[in-house]
Amino acid sequence: MDLIKNKNYFLGFSVALVLTSWLLIAFLGLKPGIDLKGGTVWQISFQKADVSEESIRSALREEESNLDVLVKKSSEGSFIIRLGDIGEEAHQKYSKALSDKFGDLEEKNFSSIGPTVGSELRRKATWAILAVILGISLYIAWAFRKVSEPIKSWKYGIATLISLLHDVSIPTGMLALLGYWKGIEIDTNFIVALLVVMGFSVHDTIVVFDRIRENLLINRGRKITLGEIINYSINETLVRSINTSLTLMLVLVALLVFGPPTLFYFVLTILVGTIFGTYSSIFVASPLLYLWQKKS
Amino acid sequence: MNRPRLVFILMLLVVVAIVAGIFSYEPFWKKISAFRPWSLGLDLAGGSFLTYDVDLSQVSALDRDSVVKGLRDVIEKRVNLFGVSEPRVYEERAGEKTRLVVELAGIKDVSQAIREIGATPFLDFREVPENATNTEQFIKTSLNGRYVKGAQISFDSVTRKPQVNIEFNDEGAKIFENLTAKNVDKPLAIFLDEDLIEMPTVREKIGGGKAQITGAFTLDSAKQLVERFNAGALPAPITLVNQQTISADFGKDSLAKAILAGAIGTLVIIIFMMIYYRVFGIFASVALLMYIALALAVFKIFPITMTLAGIAGFILSIGMAVDANILVFERTKEEKRKGFYLGTAIEEGFKRAWPSIRDSNISTLITSAVLYYLTSGFVRGFALTLFIGVVISMFSAITISRTLLRVFMKGKEVVAK
Repeated sequence: MDLIKNKNYFLGFSVALVLTSWLLIAFLGLKPGIDLKGGTVWQISFQKADVSEESIRSALREEESNLDVLVKKSSEGSFIIRLGDIGEEAHQKYSKALSDKFGDLEEKNFSSIGPTVGSELRRKATWAILAVILGISLYIAWAFRKVSEPIKSWKYGIATLISLLHDVSIPTGMLALLGYWKGIEIDTNFIVALLVVMGFSVHDTIVVFDRIRENLLINRGRKITLGEIINYSINETLVRSINTSLTLMLVLVALLVFGPPTLFYFVLTILVGTIFGTYSSIFVASPLLYLWQKKS
Repeated sequence: MNRPRLVFILMLLVVVAIVAGIFSYEPFWKKISAFRPWSLGLDLAGGSFLTYDVDLSQVSALDRDSVVKGLRDVIEKRVNLFGVSEPRVYEERAGEKTRLVVELAGIKDVSQAIREIGATPFLDFREVPENATNTEQFIKTSLNGRYVKGAQISFDSVTRKPQVNIEFNDEGAKIFENLTAKNVDKPLAIFLDEDLIEMPTVREKIGGGKAQITGAFTLDSAKQLVERFNAGALPAPITLVNQQTISADFGKDSLAKAILAGAIGTLVIIIFMMIYYRVFGIFASVALLMYIALALAVFKIFPITMTLAGIAGFILSIGMAVDANILVFERTKEEKRKGFYLGTAIEEGFKRAWPSIRDSNISTLITSAVLYYLTSGFVRGFALTLFIGVVISMFSAITISRTLLRVFMKGKEVVAK
């Protein structure tokens, strides 16, 4: 496979995807989940099957006329109700109102989070993201600590960070789209998934770069171009890059298909991040390195 | 290493893994597995999380820790009263704020629990400034329910009305003595849960740490108050800011689905490894199964509370566990292409792949360590199992598969020669 010759296609594809993701994030925005902004998610199911979303909404509005409520049917007789940050008293009141009207209800899940807890979690999440980026940067600095010629160590580092940004942007863009299309929210799980993607993305890229550096050293003084060395290195590590990611994708797909629905978007984010992380470690990071080196 | 010794090590590893497997999989052999049962998080076992904000504004900085600890003890006692098995009450700090998280496993009626916990009386004494027109102007003192040692019910000798006698501990007695000395001939207000219940006038300094609340109690309300005081008065006011309830069925369903997904994922990986790497794939699969048994046994023996996120983290680590094998096998192939004998190529493969294996796991370890230290609750479980899983898998993928290959492939090489 001649990567360097076709680099513009590979890079172009990535640039288009990343730009699309950024546009999606900018125009559609990201919906914060209740754990980040406060609010209530209430999952209930009725024995009677003929309860509709609309009838639940109106039953709740009878209790509180201008109640801000979203009702969504998850399966036959089961509903997910989203409310603002309601207290325990209101919870009891609504629970009673619904069971009076539609018969016994089973509460599968009730979580109510106050706005202050949400803002704290947001702060914590920001710290976690910063700490992971810092930790990973330090790790890159360490991994490429030996000065290497002809490519300077820090260039590997920057190229790794750029592909990291690529790998994180695409799943975030996807979530913006899903938020608009299906009302999927960004919650703590999503942030954790992004952090995990960051960890994977970096290690893939480092494996490839390691090999490029090794081959640069071996071939020092010989008449061989940088492009050839990069191509050769990529092809050498291609099988293992793909196979290591593939095994991870296999379990992720198993979790997606057979796993609990509560983990669906968490797993999906990691899966998409892993796919593009593998792509970027092969098709983005090295061409970037090549272009940069050619320029200077 | 000579062959008999390798075979011995291999046997040992296999025995340990089998014991670990039997220990982890409960239905298999109860005698071994029951000595330490799995510890399941509330999202799998069903139950409620209640998070309370603790108002420490009236507590001096020095006393904070003891107040929070006292609060924890009191809530634990209260929760125990309505028979929840192993309630957990723990502190969570978020910047300036202090929170208490109460975990109630397998509880039927959460609203009752919330009432009970919230009903714990918060008693405090306030000074009444002269010309105060409403209770807002009263001055809070440091004397409150946390200094209460015990309470009894008694009856007024004249009116036969019930009253509540409270006894302060030594520290409380001192504060009470000073407070009464300062306020002789002035009223002193007694508040219960922010409601003024009584405002007796202090006649003289009261030593000995005993006070009487006469209020307008009925026999029942006085009794209830005494009971609650004896279970423990809250040393600081609390408010419920967050609650989550997961039904037991929902939890069980999630657990079953997660285990199924993990099993299918493992199976698919094994099939893939066998198709792609043939004999090597078989060894990698055996090492993978041994890894799963060992890691589960480690989780169980500590025990690490398994949450849904924790299981997800572990399943991810299964996907990553064969990575090390893939790196080794690919490297071995390369070495073989260079013309080494199979045995030498395998040894070289392990040696040369090790830096990549180490490096590639470090970034995941960094991420999970950060997640563990900077977060709480669900996320922590995920970070912990991912971290431990990756560490164990580094061991299993190297040690176990190398021993397997050395024992079984070395012999073949002799034949091949």
